Amino acid sequence: MTTILTYAFKNLPTTSKWALGFSIRPLSCSSQLRAAPAVQTKTKKTLTKPNIRNIVVVDGVRTPFLLSGTSYKDLMPHDVARAALTGLLHRTSVPKEVVDYIIFGTVIQEVKTSNVAREAALGAGFSDKTPAHTVTMACISANQAMTTGVGLIASGQCDVVVAGGVELMSDIPIRHSRKMRKLMLDLNKAKSVGQRLSLISKFRLNFLAPELPAVAEFSTSETMGHSADRLAAAFAVSRLEQDEYALRSHSLAKKAQDEGLLSDVVPFKVPGKDTVTKDNGIRPSSLEQMAKLKPAFIRPYGTVTAANSSFLTDGASAVLIMAEEKALAMGYKPKAYLRDFMYVSQDPKDQLLLGPTYATPKVLEKAGLTMNDIDAFEFHEAFSGQILANFKAMDSDWFAQNYMGRKTKVGLPPLEKFNNWGGSLSLGHPFGATGCRLVMTAANRLRKEGGQYGLVAACAAGGQGHAMIVEAYPK
Amino acid sequence: MVACRAIGILGRFSAFRILRSRGYICRNFTESSALLTRTHINYGVKGDVAVIRINSPNSKVSHLISAIQSSIEIMNKSWPSDSIRSCRTYLIKAQAALFMLAACKTPQEVTQISQEAQRTFEKLEKSTKPVVAAISGSCLGGGLELAISCQYRIATKDRKTVLGSPEVLLGILPGAGGTQRLPKMVGVPAAFDMMLTGRNIRADRAKKMGLVDQLVEPLGPGLKPPEERTIEYLEEVAITFAKGLADKKISPKRDKGLVEKLTAYAMTVPFVRQQVYKKVEEKVRKQTKGLYPAPLKIIDVVKTGIEQGSDAGYLSESQKFGELAMTKESKALMGLYHGQVLCKKNKFGAPQKDVKHLAILGAGLMGAGIAQVSVDKGLKTILKDATLTGLGRGQQQVFKGLNDKVKKKALTSFERDSIFSNLTGQLDYQGFEKADMVIEAVFEDLSLKHRVLKEVEAVIPDHCVFASNTSALPISEIAAVSKRPEKVIGMHYFSPVDKMQLLEIITTEKTSKDTSASAVAVGLKQGKVIIVVKDGPGFYTTRCLAPMMSEVIRILQEGVDPKKLDSLTTSFGFPVGAATLVDEVGVDVAKHVAEDLGKAFGERFGGGNPELLTQMVSKGFLGRKSGKGFYIYQEGVKSKNLNSDMDSILASLKIPPKSEVSSDEDIQFRLVTRFVNEAVMCLQEGILATPAEGDIGAVFGLGFPPCLGGPFRFVDLYGAQKLVDRLKKYEAAYGKQFTPCQLLADHANSPNKKFYQ
Repeated sequence: MTTILTYAFKNLPTTSKWALGFSIRPLSCSSQLRAAPAVQTKTKKTLTKPNIRNIVVVDGVRTPFLLSGTSYKDLMPHDVARAALTGLLHRTSVPKEVVDYIIFGTVIQEVKTSNVAREAALGAGFSDKTPAHTVTMACISANQAMTTGVGLIASGQCDVVVAGGVELMSDIPIRHSRKMRKLMLDLNKAKSVGQRLSLISKFRLNFLAPELPAVAEFSTSETMGHSADRLAAAFAVSRLEQDEYALRSHSLAKKAQDEGLLSDVVPFKVPGKDTVTKDNGIRPSSLEQMAKLKPAFIRPYGTVTAANSSFLTDGASAVLIMAEEKALAMGYKPKAYLRDFMYVSQDPKDQLLLGPTYATPKVLEKAGLTMNDIDAFEFHEAFSGQILANFKAMDSDWFAQNYMGRKTKVGLPPLEKFNNWGGSLSLGHPFGATGCRLVMTAANRLRKEGGQYGLVAACAAGGQGHAMIVEAYPK
Repeated sequence: MVACRAIGILGRFSAFRILRSRGYICRNFTESSALLTRTHINYGVKGDVAVIRINSPNSKVSHLISAIQSSIEIMNKSWPSDSIRSCRTYLIKAQAALFMLAACKTPQEVTQISQEAQRTFEKLEKSTKPVVAAISGSCLGGGLELAISCQYRIATKDRKTVLGSPEVLLGILPGAGGTQRLPKMVGVPAAFDMMLTGRNIRADRAKKMGLVDQLVEPLGPGLKPPEERTIEYLEEVAITFAKGLADKKISPKRDKGLVEKLTAYAMTVPFVRQQVYKKVEEKVRKQTKGLYPAPLKIIDVVKTGIEQGSDAGYLSESQKFGELAMTKESKALMGLYHGQVLCKKNKFGAPQKDVKHLAILGAGLMGAGIAQVSVDKGLKTILKDATLTGLGRGQQQVFKGLNDKVKKKALTSFERDSIFSNLTGQLDYQGFEKADMVIEAVFEDLSLKHRVLKEVEAVIPDHCVFASNTSALPISEIAAVSKRPEKVIGMHYFSPVDKMQLLEIITTEKTSKDTSASAVAVGLKQGKVIIVVKDGPGFYTTRCLAPMMSEVIRILQEGVDPKKLDSLTTSFGFPVGAATLVDEVGVDVAKHVAEDLGKAFGERFGGGNPELLTQMVSKGFLGRKSGKGFYIYQEGVKSKNLNSDMDSILASLKIPPKSEVSSDEDIQFRLVTRFVNEAVMCLQEGILATPAEGDIGAVFGLGFPPCLGGPFRFVDLYGAQKLVDRLKKYEAAYGKQFTPCQLLADHANSPNKKFYQ
């Protein structure tokens, strides 16, 4: 899959240049949603709850997200994570000894640095007295890192937590086969030459076949792209709709990048290479060019292609989370509150990527908000087809009644408030790091566009999902 | 073992599922009003592609044919030729020409039907507008023949979608061009394999073989129920391909692999072809022992088609089809098919409470086997044993059974794990308060069974059914100590439980109707073919087997060597030889049964001297499980050698053979007539409710030759009079054991009387 994706993506013609006109191009998926809701008063003024600590994001940063195999290809995961951490230290000037705990999310683990949080923190100059641990929950690993931090602060265990995530798809652990590993381990234990020889005699050439980390769901053996294609078909999402959505994502990301809105990006001086200052996966193309691509997973008639999927990405992100009173005492002006959050999970085969549909209404109900209260939606875009399938599911009474146990549909997020600065399709998706990007984009958008509530949602392998309410910190 | 296999596969027939595509608006045609009256066929046009949906749970091939005929007509007549570029046929399922053939009296009639189908399918094959078959569900027999007449095939890749030509299992052959098209499509060896074994081929395998061109993945929930949307999606994909074919953007030819190319090349050499025919024929003769005519005719027809051209092939196919349909074997096999359909229904209706929690006592071979067929159907199952070693062995058996399926790729390792999590192994009665049914599979000892029944009744809820898996102990005796005899029932499974399809359910006079309904429902869920019989010593199956076993002993005592006896019984059509059967069942079990039933039925069950079994048991010759019986069994050694230590036992019990009844044929008939006579007596005494159940029980549980269709079908086809004559001849030599029962005598006296009208 790796090769298909990157290969096909590289072949995407870039000659058409970043046509600015794309951003105003009418999109069929948006036309029906254009009717903007009338100005409404918020259901709630704030989500502050009595007797519960307010938790704030002071600030957050990320390294530029790069196509895997580009500038970060010779680094190790903790190097990229380190860049995010030093960037955060620089941006917030937080005294190192104040940080109580560090949590990082990652998916494909480098065996040498299995607790990548600790290795990166030490290397980034954090205090060696600050404990650190690593969490994994597929594409919502960074979300898990943040909410773990929220839990630590809410329960009074900590006041200041750094949460983040990292993924380096340029280098993945490729192992010897199980048979070879067994032989090598047995050899290690063998005492006499005779024993060794008899073990070596058991060696067969096929032992050398390497074992790749699974891109497929363990429980179903289905790759995510394949599942996304089936999901798109189940919701009758056409190829054209998917391409249009992907184009929107790339166009908006390009616009945001050009306008300097992606302020969470910190420059990264890669050893031996130039300083990387911006994401390199944003490539608005044309629908005609995108239509030429062959399906990447269900061949020859599927609809998911390299152009309408998120690409394999290297990158890291980090946020500084504090109890509100601590932040104020330290003189910070926080960016946002982290409010209610929700994890959901469902059938990993047929509903693998429907997490946002399930998580959204639950987190809204928990917070006592409605869809209309949300000013900024930041959803993780794994595939165009996945986002559009989620839209259709959220817009369907039938689905709500038969699969979600609800009387009515969830309702569609208005597209003009949705991923306005691009998304994983265009910015990239380092599995372990995307969660922090979503939260920071939501917070920055609320500040920039002037809104109160943001909703972050994402799907993840294993049929899991996450959603969180981000509330803008009063200016 | 072809017979055994045949039956195994026959079992899958009943797994047809009905799917319906709802809510689709299509244009109607005045010309096709005849078609529209048949709701299972539906015709419409999407853009410039005509779509025919055949949705036929039990459709006859004649309907299929008329549907195709009409659609071809409509395409040609009522539409300007350029407005419909392609036609797509939509198959959900269709099965063999079974039901239609039952009405035919002469081979000529059948031949005619076959020829009509051949002509129609040929028109379809030669259609200038491309025809795509979209397949979801079972596509067997006539359905497959229709599909392979199309230019392109697309199938849903799910477990329900299977393709196959099961005609051979009904004693006939694919009569609508299948024998001619299949070899061209998948190559001669694969075509032989399909047609001679009748095996079902899953969609992914079919794609590899070249039987289908594209696969469509089943979809999950979307804006409609998954099944409905999957069918719609299949249709959408098929339409794209139909258009592609019409525009010549897609080639119906597929790339063959190297092996396939080599095989195809080899098959162009006449010498190689002759060798293949010879080899296949030899193998078939060896396996069928000449008892089944259909496989040989299939080879013959395929050969004619390849060597003499398709005209000769088609002619030969239709003629042989007609001949085969009239054979006794085909009648017997079709009878079994019908019987089996009958035994897959719950005649007691739905039980008041669905069984969701099952508890099994005893983790032996049977107990673990029952657990295995229960957990994979989603039943929460407790497996209880008295010892940790016994329990561990049982759990391992269940795991191994599931893991073997993983190795065969029928399950994923993940599915195995989640299925296995339905099983709880334990030594105590914890959780029995939730059990809806308890099946005991403890050792065959009445006092032990009484003890566990009392223990269990102390912990189970009121509605819980207590079922005993016993092969011979009367259920009413077991129920004697029960506080609630209406909840006690017998469920007699056959070993190995995961392979044997039969379940004999035994009801006592006190067993309530709901208890029976519950037991049948569980059995059906476990995938069993079920016969329900009345209580009595040996019920039905064991009781029929016992007199035959007694005769086996006498024949051995008369000096027939076990190997010879085995070959005599297998050549009569039994899947396992009589002496081997005793070894497999276990000599101690056989002895136990012989003693019990001997006491109950007296002289009629005599014949052989049970002392033979007693001596074998005392020497430890218990059959396969102890490594020695009539044969010696060694791990990893395939060929069986006679156990020479048996010679002295046999010599000490030797009796002189009676020459007038000791020809090979007589020996065979002495065994079979005692079996049949006892079966008929079971019907006479009301142990059996119907002859059909008797036939199913004998074939599926005891390996009665499938080509004879079971004891009752055998009486009908062989002739009651001839059978009674034989019995009387043996009665003269041996006495009462061969006295024909009253019902059999009645049938002999009035030739119009048949078990199957």
